Amino acid sequence: MEVLKIATAGSVDDGKSTLIGRLLYDTKSLTEDKLEAIRKSSEKKGYDYLDFSLATDGLVAEREQGITIDVAHIYFSTPTRSYIIADTPGHVEYTRNMVTGASTSQVAIILIDARKGVIEQTYRHFFINNLLRVKDVIVAVNKMDLVGYSEEIFNDIRENFELLNEKSTYGEQRLNYIPVSALKGDNVAARSENMPWYEGETLLEHLEKLEIADVSDKSKFRFPVQTVIRPKTEEFHDFRGYAGKIYGGDLKVGDEVTVLPSLKTSRIKEIFFFDQTFDKAGAGSSVTLTLEDEINITRGDMLVKTDELPRVEKEINAIVCWMDNKQLRPGTKYIVQHNTNSVLSKIDVIRNNIATDFSGVLEANNQLGLNEIGEVQIKLSKPIFYDDYTENRSNGAFILIDAHTNATAGVGFING
Amino acid sequence: MNTETTLALEKQPLSPEAITSRVQANALENEAIYILREVAAQFERPVLLFSGGKDSITLVRLAQKAFYPARIPFPLLHIDTGHNFPETIAFRDELVNELGVELIVRNVQDSIDQGKVVEETGKYASRNTLQTTTLLDAIEEFKFDACIGGARRDEEKARAKERIFSVRDDFGQWDEKNQRPELFDMLNGNIEIGQNVRVFPISNWTELDVWSYIQKEGIDIPSIYFAHERETFLRDGLIWSAQDDIVFRAEDEEVESRWVRFRTVGDMSCTAAVESHADTIDKVVAEIRDSKISERGARIDDKRSEAAMEKRKQQGYF
Ligand SMILES: Nc1nc2c(ncn2[C@@H]2O[C@H](COP(=O)(O)OP(=O)(O)O)[C@@H](O)[C@H]2O)c(=O)[nH]1
Repeated sequence: MEVLKIATAGSVDDGKSTLIGRLLYDTKSLTEDKLEAIRKSSEKKGYDYLDFSLATDGLVAEREQGITIDVAHIYFSTPTRSYIIADTPGHVEYTRNMVTGASTSQVAIILIDARKGVIEQTYRHFFINNLLRVKDVIVAVNKMDLVGYSEEIFNDIRENFELLNEKSTYGEQRLNYIPVSALKGDNVAARSENMPWYEGETLLEHLEKLEIADVSDKSKFRFPVQTVIRPKTEEFHDFRGYAGKIYGGDLKVGDEVTVLPSLKTSRIKEIFFFDQTFDKAGAGSSVTLTLEDEINITRGDMLVKTDELPRVEKEINAIVCWMDNKQLRPGTKYIVQHNTNSVLSKIDVIRNNIATDFSGVLEANNQLGLNEIGEVQIKLSKPIFYDDYTENRSNGAFILIDAHTNATAGVGFING
Repeated sequence: MNTETTLALEKQPLSPEAITSRVQANALENEAIYILREVAAQFERPVLLFSGGKDSITLVRLAQKAFYPARIPFPLLHIDTGHNFPETIAFRDELVNELGVELIVRNVQDSIDQGKVVEETGKYASRNTLQTTTLLDAIEEFKFDACIGGARRDEEKARAKERIFSVRDDFGQWDEKNQRPELFDMLNGNIEIGQNVRVFPISNWTELDVWSYIQKEGIDIPSIYFAHERETFLRDGLIWSAQDDIVFRAEDEEVESRWVRFRTVGDMSCTAAVESHADTIDKVVAEIRDSKISERGARIDDKRSEAAMEKRKQQGYF
């Protein structure tokens, strides 16, 4: 079954939890006992409606504070596909969580409160989805019931958002606007009778029909080796398989490949998936490859097609989103984890800080604090084999690991 | 037992259509295989926590796929509560035998005998929470640095925020506020001595995904997952096994024979059955598809309190 991963972001009280709860309810994904818990809890609070926001609220601390504080994963399915929602809070102090959610998603839902319109947080959500190049963005204008289901208000919001879209750096991004009431259910799964002026799809219809745009499908074949498989049994005495996941492109038996960093070349002999061999494999497949020639290959090496070499450099430029309490400063050392490759690195220059509201570049102050984004130049102790993030999402991103605390301190999107 | 489990040792002749076909990427399966390979590559002493339940059996199949034609490169660890369904234990031993992997068993009974934990008493007594101590001791004894488990995020609210690589400290504690962000599919397995990582390769699977996979792959699972006739009694609206002495039963709780199956196979004393006539995998999948009671609804220990799972996790429960 197909899996569609969705990132949601919205400001507190825009109705994100209610919308997700409503999706679960309308797709009959809430089980009887969960529904019962929601009924009881809604009753206890004296509501005359079902508080679907309770379907998603997770940790104890969150219940106490009444807000969501991390990335929560929510699952539902229809006969068409399975859905995974990565739900993140929308405040500036959760920028890193939004980036994390967007990194694993194919679609983003940006929620807007119809009474408030496009606000600063909307800018940030959209900016992050631009930066991470999430192909599809759904702008859900919520609480339409509180503005008399007004077409005019919806159109105003759409126009404001389009102004924002003019500043986008990602022209191919697909935008869709849907007026909804999460609480009442208008245009979530059921078409709204209150908004006859809206002729587009409901949110669920849209998700069901969405073509799962795998950006990496159009990109070049990249195969970071995770581990080398050497059974050393009698039967497979000389077997040497390279296990990994294909990032981008297609592969066939017989293709000529180059191994990085050694630059040795060979041809694909077999493509294994478990105990079967296949002729071809595409992006996303976790396969095991064997080569015609015996070459010394270890974890961290990469197989590519000989006529499609990636860049191999010891110095990279990247847009970094910082995720650690300890600030990023020039001269400090971090481990760069790029695919299966880990190399020590030194932060060379922090060129600037980038505003997350499309207002442009802020003056460089030579550091990046928690949740800040900026352009950084990094020196590596060994070359890595990469593409620009805009060409291959998986092969153009890396994480920075603090060698003292082992924390994942930041994420980078390579742009040169 | 399924013949496919022995394929790690024999080479299969390839069918003609397999030779001309293309790898069909099932996103969840690819992801799980990727994660298992990262574990093997990033850690020195990984272990797969094997409960004999369908989730850990699925993990074993995924591990076979990840490393074929080599054997699974880590042992299985079973924390035996002593309250297992006998069917589960027999199944476990057969599976391990066929795969030729190492099985380590550590007993909760030993932790009790050593005075490290105290057996619960009363109507709701269970050994579920006691498992934690035995598990942590085993981790220390074998210096395991990565423990692979079959938990899924859809099982329970607190699990929804669990990472795929979840770092635990010396005391097995989970610090949910200080989790590492997981970007794209990059997994950061860097840890300090004394720390270990709990790994959840099927985090993103739902109960139905697991059942459908078992169906599609033809994976053998213990018989208690299928409908059978059993001596049972009712308590708090749930059906309990009265067939063995392990579940506490009050005298006024009447024994009756019912057609039931189990949806999880944890500690018998806290695993309720559901009424069912689904005696084949196809029927079970169909039933789960229409089902309206979530899996953990049949586990009494989670009903104790809404925050129960979260608290147990902070203390090192799997
Ligand atoms: N009238 C109306 N209220 C809504 C709607 N969606 C959410 N709400 C209410 O707005 C409040 C905040 O919703 P919640 O889902 O908790 O927001 P979150 O903080 O974004 O998750 C709650 O009182 C909801 O009942 C809607 O479409 N219409």
